[in-house]
Amino acid sequence: MRKLKILEALREGLQQEMERDPSVFVIGEDVRIGGGFAVCRGLFKKFGKERVLDTPISEVGFTGLAIGSAMSGLRPIVEYQFGDFVFCAMDQIVNEAAKLRYMSAGQVKVPVTFRLPVGANRRGAQHAQCTESIFMNVPGLYIVTPSTPFDAKGLLISAIRSDNPVLFYEHKLLYGFSGVGGPAELQGEVPEGLYEVPFREAVVRKEGTDVTVVSNLLMLHRSIEAAKQLEREDGIRAEVIDLRTLVPLDVKTIIDSVEKTHCLVVVEECQPTGSWGNEVIASVCEHMKGSVHVKRIGTAPTPVPYTTALENFVIPDVKRIKQGIKDIIVN
Amino acid sequence: MAENTLPKKQLIDMYRTMVRIRKFEIKVNELFLQGLIPGTIHLSHGQEAVAVGANSCLRKSDKVLLTHRPHGHALAKGMDPKRLMAEILGKATGCCMGKGGSMHIADVSMGIMPSLPIVGAGIPIAAGIAFVFKQSKSDSVAMSFFGDGATNIGAFHEGLNLAAVWDLPVVYVCENNLYAVSTSIKRSSKLENLAEKARSYGIPGMTVDGNEVEAVYTAVKEAVERARIGGGPSLIECKTYRHGGHSRTDPATYRPKEEVAMWMKRDPLKICRQRLVERGYLTEGECDALENEQAVVIEEAAVFAVQSKEPAYEIALEDVYS
Repeated sequence: MRKLKILEALREGLQQEMERDPSVFVIGEDVRIGGGFAVCRGLFKKFGKERVLDTPISEVGFTGLAIGSAMSGLRPIVEYQFGDFVFCAMDQIVNEAAKLRYMSAGQVKVPVTFRLPVGANRRGAQHAQCTESIFMNVPGLYIVTPSTPFDAKGLLISAIRSDNPVLFYEHKLLYGFSGVGGPAELQGEVPEGLYEVPFREAVVRKEGTDVTVVSNLLMLHRSIEAAKQLEREDGIRAEVIDLRTLVPLDVKTIIDSVEKTHCLVVVEECQPTGSWGNEVIASVCEHMKGSVHVKRIGTAPTPVPYTTALENFVIPDVKRIKQGIKDIIVN
Repeated sequence: MAENTLPKKQLIDMYRTMVRIRKFEIKVNELFLQGLIPGTIHLSHGQEAVAVGANSCLRKSDKVLLTHRPHGHALAKGMDPKRLMAEILGKATGCCMGKGGSMHIADVSMGIMPSLPIVGAGIPIAAGIAFVFKQSKSDSVAMSFFGDGATNIGAFHEGLNLAAVWDLPVVYVCENNLYAVSTSIKRSSKLENLAEKARSYGIPGMTVDGNEVEAVYTAVKEAVERARIGGGPSLIECKTYRHGGHSRTDPATYRPKEEVAMWMKRDPLKICRQRLVERGYLTEGECDALENEQAVVIEEAAVFAVQSKEPAYEIALEDVYS
């Protein structure tokens, strides 16, 4: 088995796609030395300053520049050092990238991949947010949330090749995940060559009949652990679904599961007000036949606090997820 | 001949385009008053010399980024007045099939990139377009138009700085009509000339009379030629004045009467026509004939737009994703 960490899978995907397609380039702060989390390490040496562009601290500037270059035929990959910094460039993504194709009646396309390292990891409120739900309300953007090394590489390649702007989410605490020490359900080989993982294809990571648990990123890892413990300890058989892409959303895979379990739990690191979890619940309720019990598990509705004890308190852990699943089963 | 004096044919061509824009905007206003245009409109009469002087420096392969007031520049870059008028009326035959509207026009085949009415948003995007020209070793240039108001937004700073440090072939044309909607530039900048901001980025900056089409052309031409040969970006400030309000809902009562009167005397079309006659390039009669000829072109565009069909409902759902 060829195992790579998510970090390595991303780096390999970037490098191979840049080798294959000369229109792909990387732009962001400190990307010459690898960027915020070393995903781009080695690219500068291989591709040089023409294709690995260090920028001033100018999120509006380099996001806009990427969008302009994408309209003119290139395929930029924009790195935000922390996903939180994307808010500096909100106008460029929401008003420009997402709408340019539409407003021009298809005269331009905007194939940009925006890479956002997200998730709480002991840095406090402005370096901790999961921002993906905020963008779900903007037509014209795709939103991708890989949780395994295989998906990280394959979804990244699909994102780069997409003719649409894609927000590509990387969880900081998963960069080092290679399957060793994590849930077996998320392990797997990373092919050496290039491959695409298609959008709108959620996967059942663990089968079950009692309750459907829908998650992504780090919370998916914790949800699988919670589901396994519940099965051992209480005989509760939870089916765990990895969404992989939030936009487009694979509603069918979720409904197929919920029609069997009639219980739906969404587990997310976003705080649950106006989040993607609600969209999943609404889509299921709207389309499925029969009744369903639902439960939301998410981060507390506060900014993310700094110190470890408090951060652990607001972010869902395995224990809280287990309790949430139990609650819905009992009720 | 003075330094700014252009050859006969070139100046006549520029005058023709300025007249076309003026007639177009007057017609747009008429159609608006007849209730044929949804929303609002931002007319550019009074500012034609900037659009024409600057665009006359460009080739078809060069690309322009426009603003919420884009009609004049689009015509100057070569857009078909029929397709532009139809877009403003929201018709299927419009350049964006009625999905863009007056503020969001595009004709990529003519190098007219989607116009962006979010103030300053096009400034870094123009740098991106210029980046592609540079990477592909093309000698084409990008040109980004914006108003005085845009020079105070962050995108201006970030975009100009990036274009400067990477020596990108882009020309930034600041159309300083002295007001950001109602706010005088005197209340929003300590600078007498906004082109001074170029010094912050280490690039050339120049202020010109934006109502003198030859002055605009000469200054912008120098910047364009510099960009074509790898000399990087420039900031050209063209001081001008809009004859009307910011949009149809703005009667522009905040401007002193004497100021308005002074600028109306300095109408760029009057100035240009006078030059043509003084130099013997055209007689008064020939000027009238040229103006009538453009009135016909615009009338045809209006008839085309009015008679065109509304778009089919289904297209509202298209072009969100590829």
